[in-house]
Amino acid sequence: MKPIIKLLLEGGSLSSAQLAQVLNLSEAEVNRQLEELRAQRVLLGFRPVLNLAQEDSGVVRAVIEVRITPERGGGFNRLAERISRFDEVESCFLMSGGYDLLVFVNGSSLQKVAAFVSEKLASIEGVLSTATHFMLRSYKEQGFMLDVKSEEADRLKVAP
Amino acid sequence: MDPSRYIAKHVINLPKSGIRDFFEVVAKMKDVISLGIGEPDFDTPWHIREAAIYALEKGKTHYTSNLGLIELRRAISKYVEKTFSIGYRPEDEILVTVGVSEALDIAFRALVNPGDKVMFHQPCYVSYSPSITLVHGTAIPVPTYAKDNFALTAEALRAAWQPGAKLLVLNLPCNPTGGTCDRAQIEAIAKFAVEKDLLVLSDEIYSELTFEGVHTSIASLPGMKERTIYLHGFSKAFAMTGWRIGYACGPAALIEAMMKVHQYSMMCASILSQEAAIEALLRGEDAMKSMRDQYHRRRDFIVRRFNEIGFKCNLPRGSFYAFPDVSVTGLSEKDFAVSLLQAEKVAIVPGTAFGANGSGFCRACFATSYEQLIEASNRIERHVQSLATKR
Repeated sequence: MKPIIKLLLEGGSLSSAQLAQVLNLSEAEVNRQLEELRAQRVLLGFRPVLNLAQEDSGVVRAVIEVRITPERGGGFNRLAERISRFDEVESCFLMSGGYDLLVFVNGSSLQKVAAFVSEKLASIEGVLSTATHFMLRSYKEQGFMLDVKSEEADRLKVAP
Repeated sequence: MDPSRYIAKHVINLPKSGIRDFFEVVAKMKDVISLGIGEPDFDTPWHIREAAIYALEKGKTHYTSNLGLIELRRAISKYVEKTFSIGYRPEDEILVTVGVSEALDIAFRALVNPGDKVMFHQPCYVSYSPSITLVHGTAIPVPTYAKDNFALTAEALRAAWQPGAKLLVLNLPCNPTGGTCDRAQIEAIAKFAVEKDLLVLSDEIYSELTFEGVHTSIASLPGMKERTIYLHGFSKAFAMTGWRIGYACGPAALIEAMMKVHQYSMMCASILSQEAAIEALLRGEDAMKSMRDQYHRRRDFIVRRFNEIGFKCNLPRGSFYAFPDVSVTGLSEKDFAVSLLQAEKVAIVPGTAFGANGSGFCRACFATSYEQLIEASNRIERHVQSLATKR
């Protein structure tokens, strides 16, 4: 793995100046490498990891198991990509087992998500069935525990 | 009445750990970036913690065998054989202790007669010299030098040796210097130990955290297993400092002698820690290696920064400590550490906390986040520059 990728994974939200300091490169070189990773579609982007449970305009999230018909030549890819393009779709995976695609969807209300499934998703030609599971509560997101505080403060500042 | 007149003379005369003084100062300050810790910044991997919770649920709340759970001793035997190529019998050559600290203490108590001479290399972990004093032994420090990257050399041993020396304590890789010895150097030390008939106590707590080359345990060399007590534990490699769990391996007669002291003082290590330790040995390797790799990269960064700042700093081959020479500032290590703390709120530990020949050096622990390391190094740089303009 390239040093810059390791550091992105380990370093959390380091700025490119900080990345440059750690990697002993110029900031320009770090930016060039980041651009290269973007161009290669290795680095897709940065997003904050938020716990939106306390926000008024909450988000409703659902996981949908989708069975689709594979096509000669493209397999599942064409339909999977078509489904993935909807803004409501957060992630989409091809799975082994009883269904084909696992689709993570979010919307501003239960009705909107339900409408998306019935009107957009289920009606696509090639989609055989959908099974929707609404998420009730999140405990861990992208490696972060939601309601467990870091206990860093308890540690000694100097120790032998 | 003065209660202090009841205190034993050798305890009254025992100096407080230099690290303790510094800790008192730091503890009162807010927003300090601390490179002063002597432990991993990672919490114990969850699967290890979960194993202890499971053990508690299963009612594992009783004493264990004085030697420790046989399952743990079997796991230790396998791990030490596989990782460091030394074979110990789980039944009578392994003793589970409350950290290496206890193992070292009971080894001294089991082996040292009043006046017996114990050699150890310095700068070193804070407890060696006091522990020898507590058993009425005579401490013989052997200096290690920055020019050797703080490896212990047979020449230094020979120069410090005194007739009647009985024990040699090794700590490789070393806290605070990060120094260690390659195979040839270890062989030379082993040869010296045989020549002078020394028993070796080898504290190898940082051995997994060796970044360059392969860690060679002195006990793995031909003829050395019978004259070595091998001390190891879980604190550093598995991020388990607070669990207080370690072990001693050695010839059955010596383990039996240590066990006598252990059974009358400690009885056994905490069963929960022992259960967690089993999990660490059986399934902890991936997490351990991932932590080691991260320390490795942080080491390369902080050592480079220290050298950019103008400190001479060797690349420590093991542990998670850098030991830069701060004498370029014109201040003593202690004055520099105190002024850095006051001016920039960065805590590092003066080298003299680890022995008089740590003079001129400071210990900086790099087991902390990149953000903290970057910020700390920038603050240190600023402080060194401001000291230079004042001079």
